[in-house]
Amino acid sequence: MAKMNMLQAINNALTLAMTADDKMLVFGEDVGHFGGVFRATSGLQDKFGKERCFNTPLTEQGIAGFANGLASNGMTPVAEIQFADYIFPAFDQIVNESAKFRYRSGNQFNVGGLTFRTPYGGGIAGGHYHSQSPEAYFTQVAGLKVVVPRNAYQAKGLLLSAIHDPNPVIFFEPKRLYRASVNDVPEEAYELPLGKAEVVREGANITLLAWGAQVEVIEKAAEMAQEVNIDCEVIDLKTLAPWDVETVAASVRKTGRLLINHEAPLTGGFAGEIAATIQQECFLYLESPIARVCGLDTPYPLIHEKEYMPDALKTFEAIKASVNF
Amino acid sequence: MSNPTFTQQVVHRATFLERNSLNIPILKLLQADGTTFENAVLPQVDEALSRKIFDTCVFIRTLDERMLAAQRQGRISFYMTCTGEEAAVIGSAAALEPEDIILAQYREHAALRYRGFTTEQFMHQMFSNEKDLGKGRQMPIHYGCQQLHFQTISSPLATQIPQASGVGYSLKMQGKRNVAICYFGEGAASEGDFHAGLNMAAVHKVPVIFFCRNNGYAISTPTDEQYAGNGIASRGLGYGMHTIRVDGNDMLAVLAATQQARAWAIEHSAPVLIEAMTYRLGAHSSSDDPSGYRSKDEEARWQQHDPVKRFKLWLINKGWLTEDDDAELQSRYRQEVLDALKVAEKVPAPKLDEIIEDVYDVPTANLKKQLEELKAHVAKYPKAYPKSSGRL
Repeated sequence: MAKMNMLQAINNALTLAMTADDKMLVFGEDVGHFGGVFRATSGLQDKFGKERCFNTPLTEQGIAGFANGLASNGMTPVAEIQFADYIFPAFDQIVNESAKFRYRSGNQFNVGGLTFRTPYGGGIAGGHYHSQSPEAYFTQVAGLKVVVPRNAYQAKGLLLSAIHDPNPVIFFEPKRLYRASVNDVPEEAYELPLGKAEVVREGANITLLAWGAQVEVIEKAAEMAQEVNIDCEVIDLKTLAPWDVETVAASVRKTGRLLINHEAPLTGGFAGEIAATIQQECFLYLESPIARVCGLDTPYPLIHEKEYMPDALKTFEAIKASVNF
Repeated sequence: MSNPTFTQQVVHRATFLERNSLNIPILKLLQADGTTFENAVLPQVDEALSRKIFDTCVFIRTLDERMLAAQRQGRISFYMTCTGEEAAVIGSAAALEPEDIILAQYREHAALRYRGFTTEQFMHQMFSNEKDLGKGRQMPIHYGCQQLHFQTISSPLATQIPQASGVGYSLKMQGKRNVAICYFGEGAASEGDFHAGLNMAAVHKVPVIFFCRNNGYAISTPTDEQYAGNGIASRGLGYGMHTIRVDGNDMLAVLAATQQARAWAIEHSAPVLIEAMTYRLGAHSSSDDPSGYRSKDEEARWQQHDPVKRFKLWLINKGWLTEDDDAELQSRYRQEVLDALKVAEKVPAPKLDEIIEDVYDVPTANLKKQLEELKAHVAKYPKAYPKSSGRL
């Protein structure tokens, strides 16, 4: 065990995976000598050489297309998109190519070896071009897996699973936790299963569901609720596509209530999909409408970042409203 | 017409063009000591124009120095300097007419100043206060000013390049004798939008100047990891575009190239590419530390090519400036920046109602509902939201 922050845990996962798999390549803007703008790939070029860890020209569509090509011919590319806000030039390559490579060829070709890593989310005074949470754009794309870790320990285990998963994975890293989340992390390799949610706190009165950096927000809201004698169950979804319906449904059957929290705007956010599925699965168990505490339907604002965020106080209010419905 | 014949020469054995066989000259007019080269063809420049250029240089140096310090003190969240690239930005801006439309990347605030953006306007933007023209919505240095024909900065790189082609075409359709100018770095030129924008401008004969600040680095990535060809200029020819490479630290060379590019673009209704070779003397931004990827020696070498110093020596040689004038300017701008900073940081943030405005032309029903809920929440917990709770 070693104390690691999320960046160190990611760096450690990449190091172990590159050591074990000489077909694995790590690349993106500034990831080479400099080690990335957040330093997640620090030292990899020194360890594995310029041919396996390198800077790319500044072109996200190029990075994604290059990764598709590598993966289609048996390599294991782990490509970094510097900010999730800048993933959109690569959208065509990801949506029409990565996601459909296997399907369109009748499984003659696939890009299952590829992983995109990209920092997402707000709370860092980044305004609307360094704060977005674009996960829902990708959850609708059949063929992609979408994974979001909540802390350093989870980041390492989930990233190793993502790299080894035989499907293309987008791994969204909550950048406001990069240095803030510090855990005891095993130094050896370990994997945490994709597609499995985790009950991180058991409770009887209401289920709170989030992913990534918002998990600690709902945990804080659960503590506030405890003081007014509301007992919250907290679930980290961890993988958004494919998502673990059974764990969430089992919890809601027990508590009778569900609150979903995400940073992305309310409309079209992934909470809508979860709510629809859970009312289908658990209709007769529900004692109040499924609540969503999300970002506003606006671009992510700089000056009113605090007001925009679906924070613990807003979650706490929604918990009380749900329980008192 | 499909595939007109550009090739005159026919060969009967496989003959390749050698990579980088293109010889692209670089325009230099000013020498390090402030004298001009013997046969230099100078731009149109008189005392008033050159003093305005120099004033802008001094102001921007002062602003950059002071605001980087303010960022270090935690008074603003972020900053970017244009130190080392003043000649590229100001020399080109000075060749334009006020109604030419500027689409910048983000390191071109000197062009905005040249057009008359006030010190107070800079400060209000950086402090995201209620007097900011952008209503406090973007990170510091993301300026925009409709009145000065300077479109608002967008952080995503290169998106402005095809937009500039559209803007230039609109000027042509509106019968105006104006151009669009599009600034970008050599890193942004790797984006797909660069190809799309230049090709469309050339095909549709758009009066637009593509101005590349080739400053050596895209954050940490040096040019030899950005492209393998002969800079950005070589690409202009591929698109069928008038192209020039210029010493970006030579104010007179940039001015001359841009004056002629503008005249050409309007007269022929066609795009021009200018590649200005320069060096980003500062960090990429206040979040960056260049010591992780380049040497102090390298930076020191480029300090020798300081574009402002070179231009200043020329002005002194001409008898249009004295050292005392320079000192007086610096001290005046230092005070002006400091005074404006102190005022701007006390101006309150925009009211919370702004949060739903300008998403659409008028707020939609869902936005109005969300604002009402948000205001009720902030009113219930005023201490948790100090920026907005005092003025709900």
